[in-house]
Amino acid sequence: MERLLRSLAIVFLVTATVAIAGCGRDVVPETEAYATEPTGPTGIEIRPVPSVPTLAAGAPDANGHQVRVACSACHSMKKPDRTQRGGKPLATFHQGTHVAHGSLTCLSCHNEQDYDTLRLADSRSVAFENVMELCAQCHGPQARNYAHDAHGGMSGYWDTTRGVQTRNQCTHCHAPHAPAFPAMRPTFKPRDRFLSPVQESHR
Amino acid sequence: MTDKAKGISRRRVIKGLGATLGAAAFGAALSPLFQGGFMSAKELMQRHYKELSPEDKKEVLERLQADAKETFGRDVTIADPRPRPKTKFVYAINLSLCNGSGKCVEACHKENNHDRITKQSYIRVLEMPKGTMDMERGNTTYNHTVPAKDKFYMPVQCQQCDEPPCVDVCPVQATWKEKDGIVVVDYNWCIGCRYCMAACPYHARRFNWKKPYIPPEDINPNQGYLSNRVRQQGVVEKCHYCLHRTREGRLPACLEACPTGARVFGNFLDPKSSVRWVFENKRVYVLKEELGTKPSFFYFFDK
Repeated sequence: MERLLRSLAIVFLVTATVAIAGCGRDVVPETEAYATEPTGPTGIEIRPVPSVPTLAAGAPDANGHQVRVACSACHSMKKPDRTQRGGKPLATFHQGTHVAHGSLTCLSCHNEQDYDTLRLADSRSVAFENVMELCAQCHGPQARNYAHDAHGGMSGYWDTTRGVQTRNQCTHCHAPHAPAFPAMRPTFKPRDRFLSPVQESHR
Repeated sequence: MTDKAKGISRRRVIKGLGATLGAAAFGAALSPLFQGGFMSAKELMQRHYKELSPEDKKEVLERLQADAKETFGRDVTIADPRPRPKTKFVYAINLSLCNGSGKCVEACHKENNHDRITKQSYIRVLEMPKGTMDMERGNTTYNHTVPAKDKFYMPVQCQQCDEPPCVDVCPVQATWKEKDGIVVVDYNWCIGCRYCMAACPYHARRFNWKKPYIPPEDINPNQGYLSNRVRQQGVVEKCHYCLHRTREGRLPACLEACPTGARVFGNFLDPKSSVRWVFENKRVYVLKEELGTKPSFFYFFDK
């Protein structure tokens, strides 16, 4: 009799445990693979920069359009001045170009052989659209961080097998002639109660 | 005996009266739930997120979309992406680059359908005196050109802890940690007790004192059940790493908005990911490490 009661009790306990465990069981899957293949393009896209920059000539043409000229339009006829450091002292054009970039001269980066390209430190020319190669000569740590997606910002996809990640180039954020990142003014402030500094008396 | 002969006893009349009054009072007490669109019977009876069968979930999402259409006159999509296999999200912020512009705060506000009146956001940017990492010494009221001299800027949002104190204290398990590291809230299960807010050492959780106000045209229609769908009054919410975006492979809104490129986000289990490179090669720092919360979020410096 006692044995029967004991086995009944065990059966009851087991049933109860199973019942309790069974009720409210998680049915939502912990992980779930993508159901579909990516629909659009994938990979990394670097925002382009103009391959040959142009400058407003200052006068409209017969149709009223601003005439824009490539650098070489004038500079192929001018004698290069390797000591020039900024736009201000020049007689024509460029006066408005504010230069604050270390002790560089214009011809540190601009190519006196061909003004429609840039010039590397070893005097090889490099196209404007590959400007990052030029910047990387001096800004090595930034170039290294950029190469590891840790500088320069991005948008789009973190998972480049699912969609396109768009990256910037140096000159999208840094003006090449005055590359220090500009000061900004914060424009958006939430109103919440952790906003004020800790009072001295509460430290 | 004479009463019984009459058919109805005085005792029965009083009992009946009491029962009627009681039922009426109970009905009246419950009626606010069903009036003014506050809560439907279906919503009241909805089960915990983890117990929703695929059919239940479909019904819930359809109901929520219909509610949004009715309330805001907008077609919104409320999806429920689950964590992807072999994914653990980690966020890093470069404090050498962050300039305190607060663009991330604003992007979060818009992306996540926050209340427009309180300008709520999951991110606070602290202006910190140089020489300390004590976030309690930070100040978010600064309103001058940034960066200021001798200051640095530290954005703080949910750190998606691996040992989340907020999850431990929830009396109803309305918040939990998911496989990809994101700590989520089932807004329909939360009872609004705010224990989790008291438990969070990063002040990362927000409470909806009122129903969030958003002009219908400003609503972000790309929504997730566990993320940025418009919350109800009386529930707690928090940063979810934009899971409606990140679980589809996209970057979080705050990262895209950062003008200095200070934010790095990715899958920590991928040895080639950017966060892994930063973690292995930079001087990294975890906020309030001494508490043992093990954040999935770290800060780093260039120099």
